[in-house]
Amino acid sequence: MPSDAPGVELQTSAPLRAEARRMGRIARFLDSDLWYSFSRSPLTVLSALVALTLIGGAVFAPILAPHDPFDLATLNLMDAFNPPAWMEGGDPRFLLGTDDQGRDLFSTIMYGARISLFVGFCSVIFAMTLGVTIGLVAGYVGGTTDAVLMRIADIKLTFPAILVALLVDGLVRAALPRELHDRVALWVVIFAIGISNWVQYARTVRGSTLVEKNKEYVMAARVIGLSDARIMTSHVLPNVMGPVLVIATLNLGFAILAEATLSFLGVGVPPTQPSLGTLIRVGNDFLFSGEWWITVFPGITLVLMVLSVNLLGDWLRDALNPKLR
Amino acid sequence: MFAFIVSRLLQALPVMLAVSLISFAMFAYVGDPVAIMLGQDYTEAQREALVRDLGLDQPFFVQFWEFLKNALQGNFGLSYRLARPVADLILERMPATLELSFTAAFLALAIGVPMGVYTGLYRNSWLSRFFLTISLIGVSLPTFLIGILLILVFSVWLGVLPSFGRGETVLVGGWWTTGFLTVSGLKALILPSITLGLFQMTLIMRLVRSEMLEVLRTDYIKFARARGLTNRAIHFGHALKNTLVPVITITGLQLGAIIAFAIVTETVFQWPGMGLLFIQAVANADIPIMAAYLMMIALLFVLINLVVDLLYYLVDPRLRGSLAGSGP
Amino acid sequence: MPLLEVRNLRVEFPTRRGVLTAVDRVSFSIDEGEVLGVVGESGAGKSITGNAIIRLIEPPGRIAGGEVLLSGRRIDTLPPQEMRRVRGKEIGAIFQDPLTTLNPLYSIGRQLAETMQTHLGLSDREARARAIKWLEDVGIPGAAQRIDAYPHQFSGGMRQRVVIALALCAEPRLVIADEPTTALDVSIQAQVIALLKRLCREHGTAVMLVTHDMGVIAEAADRVAVMYAGRIVEIGPVREVVKQARHPYTEGLMGSIPSLTRRVERLRQIDGAMPRLSDIPPGCAFNPRCAKAFDRCRADRPELMPTQGASRAACWLYAENGSARDAA
Repeated sequence: MPSDAPGVELQTSAPLRAEARRMGRIARFLDSDLWYSFSRSPLTVLSALVALTLIGGAVFAPILAPHDPFDLATLNLMDAFNPPAWMEGGDPRFLLGTDDQGRDLFSTIMYGARISLFVGFCSVIFAMTLGVTIGLVAGYVGGTTDAVLMRIADIKLTFPAILVALLVDGLVRAALPRELHDRVALWVVIFAIGISNWVQYARTVRGSTLVEKNKEYVMAARVIGLSDARIMTSHVLPNVMGPVLVIATLNLGFAILAEATLSFLGVGVPPTQPSLGTLIRVGNDFLFSGEWWITVFPGITLVLMVLSVNLLGDWLRDALNPKLR
Repeated sequence: MFAFIVSRLLQALPVMLAVSLISFAMFAYVGDPVAIMLGQDYTEAQREALVRDLGLDQPFFVQFWEFLKNALQGNFGLSYRLARPVADLILERMPATLELSFTAAFLALAIGVPMGVYTGLYRNSWLSRFFLTISLIGVSLPTFLIGILLILVFSVWLGVLPSFGRGETVLVGGWWTTGFLTVSGLKALILPSITLGLFQMTLIMRLVRSEMLEVLRTDYIKFARARGLTNRAIHFGHALKNTLVPVITITGLQLGAIIAFAIVTETVFQWPGMGLLFIQAVANADIPIMAAYLMMIALLFVLINLVVDLLYYLVDPRLRGSLAGSGP
Repeated sequence: MPLLEVRNLRVEFPTRRGVLTAVDRVSFSIDEGEVLGVVGESGAGKSITGNAIIRLIEPPGRIAGGEVLLSGRRIDTLPPQEMRRVRGKEIGAIFQDPLTTLNPLYSIGRQLAETMQTHLGLSDREARARAIKWLEDVGIPGAAQRIDAYPHQFSGGMRQRVVIALALCAEPRLVIADEPTTALDVSIQAQVIALLKRLCREHGTAVMLVTHDMGVIAEAADRVAVMYAGRIVEIGPVREVVKQARHPYTEGLMGSIPSLTRRVERLRQIDGAMPRLSDIPPGCAFNPRCAKAFDRCRADRPELMPTQGASRAACWLYAENGSARDAA
């Protein structure tokens, strides 16, 4: 019998596992494949840093911004149309120059990024919640409900997201009196973008749910007598969330772009809460007269933000895809 | 195959019906057309006359039926803002948008597919990495920003290409206006079509690449290699054919996205197409135009999907149903 | 001279936790027309050995040592172009899953003709005629009509027959059959194995038959090699090994097979599991699970040593002069 073998364990992975348990959770994360692929790719680290900087700057804009672009008292028309600080005629007080009202571009961009990010995040969360719920219900309940829901998804899918967002926004704009619309415009945009994007989540979750539904742990839960809702949320949901998160990261970039597009077209966020898209639109008018910085810098910020989010999403997708490793 | 087409058309009916319902609902419940059309001062009598005229006092389904009948005849009523028949407005603008969209789609395919194949086959060459970097930036740039940048470089700084309008157009076939036949028309087409096509180009490139990589990992490619087939036969025969099949569907959907994104491009370049018309309608709550545009787009997408399905059917033998497979 | 000779083959997979050796100094030979069975559990390295011979190991895996000789000529160092000519023409391959091995978009006639034309330089008509003959040879009814059919139009067993035809149509001298019946129904397995045996005998083709099913080995092979954890632990004529296995692992394998003729109280089971590639114990890889293990087994790795007739086993129990027991 193997008893004369001095302490060599049969399950040879046990020593590894015991070791892992002894390390803390953070240590385990650092040892994981995820962190490994992250830290090995300089591009991903760079984009993470860029993203963090932009997000930090945006979130803490009220604290960090050198000027308050909304405080009319501090604005001075004499300061208008200053080029960036390093160019001739620039003023060191305004790092990236000023716009037609004398507002500091750097601060305006920070506040603008804040709105862009806010709308982007919220719409992704909205789309995710809506899509996951629909997908879960469709997959779990099946039958006619499933058929109907998927038909709706198909119909929605025939229209590009931008169009749906535009349409929803237009409808609400027509339905509400003007003042009311201005107040809720931000939420309307979030709703519009969110509702144009839920199908991806729904489809993925539905597919996963259909697979999980037939697994034994679900049948076991049913036998114990748990309610369907309980089974769906506590048992099936955690198992199907993985790909959802990847979709969400990829979607964030798109959501930010969508909001920028809507605002650029003039049908997005209200003028009192300008996002990067609004800034670009405003700056566009001055392109031909030579004040290019009013449009270009918000543009660069937008691109950097979306680029870093996309890169992170790409890395996440590759890192979580076992086939590519 | 005939049965296939018919079944697809039948499947499209509920979509069209749903879309018309939504369009009509927009008319019926959003805003007050009477108030918009009559302006600020009007008498009750005038209002009642208009209500009867427009048939707004009829029950819902009667109004819907009228709406459908009119729509099928191409009558979408008058624009609230421009007071002209919506159908005329749309027909006027359609050639501009379609020419722009097709040029952009053509560019996207002609450049995107070869680039995708190349980066899929030769993953590690520096050219591939270069293409990939460009594509990543391309996906992160919003269409309008590309347009603005192109205008900045080519119109403002270099002054070689126009930044708005269509240039001179030629009337063809009694109704269609084309910009393809004049130099100024072609020049005016360049920047907008690049703007519109760039996003799609990068998407197509990344799609083709990822499909290619997927295909190159399959068992049948491994078997083809094990049989000693030449690289050319494997890459451009087996792999390419299998790659293109799913690409066809996506490309078809992309055509729809292009037509939608034309809205943005037309705004940036003041291109007189349906998109510009639509965005102006959204900004002004001009419901008839919005409703008509919606139905037109739906019809267009249904047709595109039909063509894509047909292509799929022709290319993939698995969809054509199986002969009786006899024996073990 | 043997047809195929493998000497000290080593295949490694570099991972970030170190290098994993999937095939560790494996040596064997196959004579012309002989059927060598390679048997072992999943993960023992049998498929990888087959893949290494035709150099279809997927990166980052690579051949890290040893030699592979075909009729005395080294093929493991050939440049890719030369290797391509060897594959299919001199060494054919059959893989496990016939559904994924065949390209779904090409007719089977096309795939057959393509293979033959690449290696035999036939005209289109000749290739087609030969393809039909091959289909008849592998037992596809109505070959002349089915030649233009697509893979999905055949059942699993039929598809595998087509795969066999594809592997043999360029007249190779050796075929590596990697689990050819694992994906098939039990009732079909016997037919397919019989077909393979017959065809190879008719064409004088040697076979390296990789499988985890001892029944298939007993039925079809002349000699058998038992693999464990990337090493060969026993090799010899099938009759000898099956009737009286020498290596403790092979004994365990034989004991765990249910038999219709013998009456057994309970099936024997080998305790534990094959070690992971990252945790192979020093000395003999099987020693933790071996009832007869002693000190030397834990210290030194045994080479293949003669046991009976023409068989050999890698086990210290069979060292000469009984020196095994004395060494500490």
